[in-house]
Amino acid sequence: MLQFFILLSVASVLYWLWNNYRLNVAQSKIPTNFQFLDNPSSFSLPGNALDQSAPVRRAFVQGLLNTLRVSIAGILLALLIGTLVGIGRLSKNFAVRTVSGTYVEILRNLPLLLLLTFMNLAVVLKLFPRIESAWVPLELFVISNRGIAIPWFVGSGTTLLIILGCCIAAMILVSSCCKVYSNRTGKKVRTILISGAVFIVVMVAGWSLFGFNLTLPVVNERGSLGGIRIDPSYFALLVSLVLYTSSHVAEIVRGSILAVPKGQGEAADAIALEPIKKMQLVILPQAFRVAMPALGNQSLNLIKNSSLGAAISYFELTQIAQITVGNGSPAVPAFTLTLIVYLAISLMSSLIINIVNRRLALVER
Amino acid sequence: MRTWLRRNLFRTWWDALLTIVFSGVALWAMWSVFRFVVFTGRWEIIDVNLTLLLVGRFPKDSLWLLYGVVTATAFWGAAVLGGGEVAGALAPSRAERLMLAVRRFGLLVAVGFVLVALAGVQESIWFVVAIVAALALGRQVKKWRRKITALRQLPAVIWHGVLALAPVVMMVLTIRSADMRLWGGFLINFYLAFLSILLCFPLGILLALGRRSSLPMVRLVCAIYIEAVRGAPLFVLLLLSGVALNFFLPPQIDPGPVFRSVTVFTLFTAAYLAEIVRGGLQSIPKGQTEAGRALGLPTLKIIFLVTLPQALRNVIPAQIGQFISLFKDTTLAGAALSIVEMLKISQAITKQDAFLGRGYIYEVLAFAGLLFWVGSFVMSKESQRVEKKLGVGQR
Repeated sequence: MLQFFILLSVASVLYWLWNNYRLNVAQSKIPTNFQFLDNPSSFSLPGNALDQSAPVRRAFVQGLLNTLRVSIAGILLALLIGTLVGIGRLSKNFAVRTVSGTYVEILRNLPLLLLLTFMNLAVVLKLFPRIESAWVPLELFVISNRGIAIPWFVGSGTTLLIILGCCIAAMILVSSCCKVYSNRTGKKVRTILISGAVFIVVMVAGWSLFGFNLTLPVVNERGSLGGIRIDPSYFALLVSLVLYTSSHVAEIVRGSILAVPKGQGEAADAIALEPIKKMQLVILPQAFRVAMPALGNQSLNLIKNSSLGAAISYFELTQIAQITVGNGSPAVPAFTLTLIVYLAISLMSSLIINIVNRRLALVER
Repeated sequence: MRTWLRRNLFRTWWDALLTIVFSGVALWAMWSVFRFVVFTGRWEIIDVNLTLLLVGRFPKDSLWLLYGVVTATAFWGAAVLGGGEVAGALAPSRAERLMLAVRRFGLLVAVGFVLVALAGVQESIWFVVAIVAALALGRQVKKWRRKITALRQLPAVIWHGVLALAPVVMMVLTIRSADMRLWGGFLINFYLAFLSILLCFPLGILLALGRRSSLPMVRLVCAIYIEAVRGAPLFVLLLLSGVALNFFLPPQIDPGPVFRSVTVFTLFTAAYLAEIVRGGLQSIPKGQTEAGRALGLPTLKIIFLVTLPQALRNVIPAQIGQFISLFKDTTLAGAALSIVEMLKISQAITKQDAFLGRGYIYEVLAFAGLLFWVGSFVMSKESQRVEKKLGVGQR
C-alpha cells in the first residue's frame, strides 16, 4: 500500500515534468531529436582530421577520445603521485612528512576550477615564454605558451602500437617465466631487471626492423616543428586534474596504510625486510585491497571532472557539445547526449572496478 | 635536540638526502610565497575591488543587513557550540586553552584581519567589534543556560528556537530585500552552498531510506536516481539546466541562473548525501532496530528516533566533507551559468581599464584561493573536532 502510494507520487511528479516539457517544446518548436548529429559540424579541431564538412557525430567521437586521453593519463599519474605522497605523509622523516602534508592540505581545499584557471591563465599562458624565446631544455623539448613539444617517433601509429604490444607481451611472458622458475627452484630472480631488459631489446629490434626514427622538435618562426606537440590546454587540464586528484588519493592511501594491522609491519621488520621491500611486498598490497573502492571512485571523479576542460577550451566532450550548441545544434539533445556518454563511461568503469574489487577481495574460508 | 634531528631527519644517508631535497623545495616554496605576498604582489587590485569580490553589486545602503546576518550567526554559533566546559582534573590550563583557540580560530582571525586591513574603512572596524561582542554575548548566554536554573529547565526546542530567531529573521529580511541579479562575489558562493545544503538534506535522507526500504520498487527508483546522478558530471548538469530547466517547469515560472544552479546543486548533492547516509544506516547494528521493535515502536518511529539519529552522527565527517566539496563546486556555477561568483569576478576585474593586460591574474587568484582554502580548511578541521567530541567509533 505504502509502495503504491510512493510510486504514485513519484509517477505524478514525473508526469508533471513530462507534461510541462511537452507543452513547452510544442510552444517553442525546437527540435528534440538527434538528427543534428548528421549536420556538418562547421568547425574544425586543431591537430585533427576533423574539418568543417565532417558531421557533428565525428566531432563528438573526437571529443570523447580527447576526454579519454586526458582521463587515462590523469588517472595513472594521479594514482602514482598520490600513492607516493600518501606514503610520504607517514614517513619517519620530518621534512618529507611535512612537505607531503602541506601538499595534500593545500590542494585538497582549493576548488578544482580555481586550480585549472590558475594553471591555464597564470602558468601556461603567462609564465611559459612566447615562442620566440621558448625554453629548450637539453635541446629535447620546446616549452612555450603554444604548448610543449617533446621528441616523438616518425612513422605510422599502428606499427608503433604493434611494437609496443610485442614489447609488453614479451615482458609479461618473461616475467611469468621468471616467477615460475623462482617458485620451482626457490632461487631469487631479478624479475624487474630481466623483463626491463627484454622490453628494451624487443623495442630496439622492432625499431631496427621497421626503421623508426625520432624527431626532435625545433623552434621555427611561428611555432615548433617536429616531435609531438602537447596542447597548452591539455597540459593545464592534465596537471590540475592530477594535482587535485592526487591529493585525495594520498589521503586514501594514507588511511588504508594505517588500516593495515600493525602486526604485519612488525612481522616484516622481524624477518628483516628492508623498508622499501616491506612497503612493496607487505604493506601496500594489503593497503590497496582496502583502498580499491575509494580509488575507483576517485578515478571516476577524475573522468567527470575532466568536463571542466570546457572552461579552458580543451576540446573534450563537453566543450564539443558547447561548440555545437553555439553553432546552432539544439541544446537539449546535445547536452543530454553528453550526459549519457559520461553516464556510460561511469557505469562501465564502475563495472570494471567491481570486477577487480571482487578479485582482490579477501576470500574468507 | 640532536637526538630529535638524527631520528627525524638524518637516520641514514638516504634519509639525509631526502631531507636535503625536501627542505630545499620547502624553503624555496616558502620564500617564493613570502616574496610574492610581501614584495612583488600588487595588492591594489584587491584593495580597489574588495566590495565587488566579496558581495558583488550588492546595494551599498543595505549592506547593514549582511553585517546583521553575520553578527547574528556569530552570536548563535557561540551560544550553541561555544564554551564547552571540561570537568575537574582534565581542564586544560590557560596557556593550553589559548593554544587550542589559536589553532582553531587563528586562521579565521588572520583572514579577517587581512580583509579589514584591505578594506580599511571605519565601517569594517565597527563590524569586527560587533562580531566580537556577539561572540562574547553568545558565550555568556551559554554560561547562563548552564548556571541559571530557570533557563536550564527550558526545553531544548524553545531554547534553540529563541536562539536561532535572530539569524533566521536577519536572513529572511536580507533575502526578501534582495535583487538576486545584484548579488555576486563570495556572497553568492556562500548563498548557493547554504541554500543547497538546506534543501538537499531532506531529499538525501529520503533517498537513503528509500534505497534501504523493503519495498522493491521504491528501492529500484531510488537506486536508479542515485546512480544516474552520481555518474554524471556536475558541470554538464549545470550546463543542461542552463538550457533545459525551463522546459520542465510551467511557462509562468521563469528560472533565473541562481534558481537553476540551486536546483542542480540540490539534486546532485542529495544523491551523494544519500549514499553517505546509507553508509551510516548500515553501520547501525541490527540490535538497535530489534530493540525498537521489542518496545513496540512503529517502523517510522524506529527510523526517526532510533536508527537515523545514530546513523547521522556516525557520518558527520563524511557529510561535512560533502558540504565542503559543494562549497568548492559553487565556482562551477560561474563557468556554466554566468553567475558572477568569486572566481568569475576575480577574472573579470583583471580586465578593468586600470589593470588590463598587466598580469594581475596571480593576485586575484591568490586572493580567491585564500578565501576558499580557509573556508574549506577550517570546516574540515572543525569536522574532525566534532568527530572526536562525539566519540564516533569509540562507543
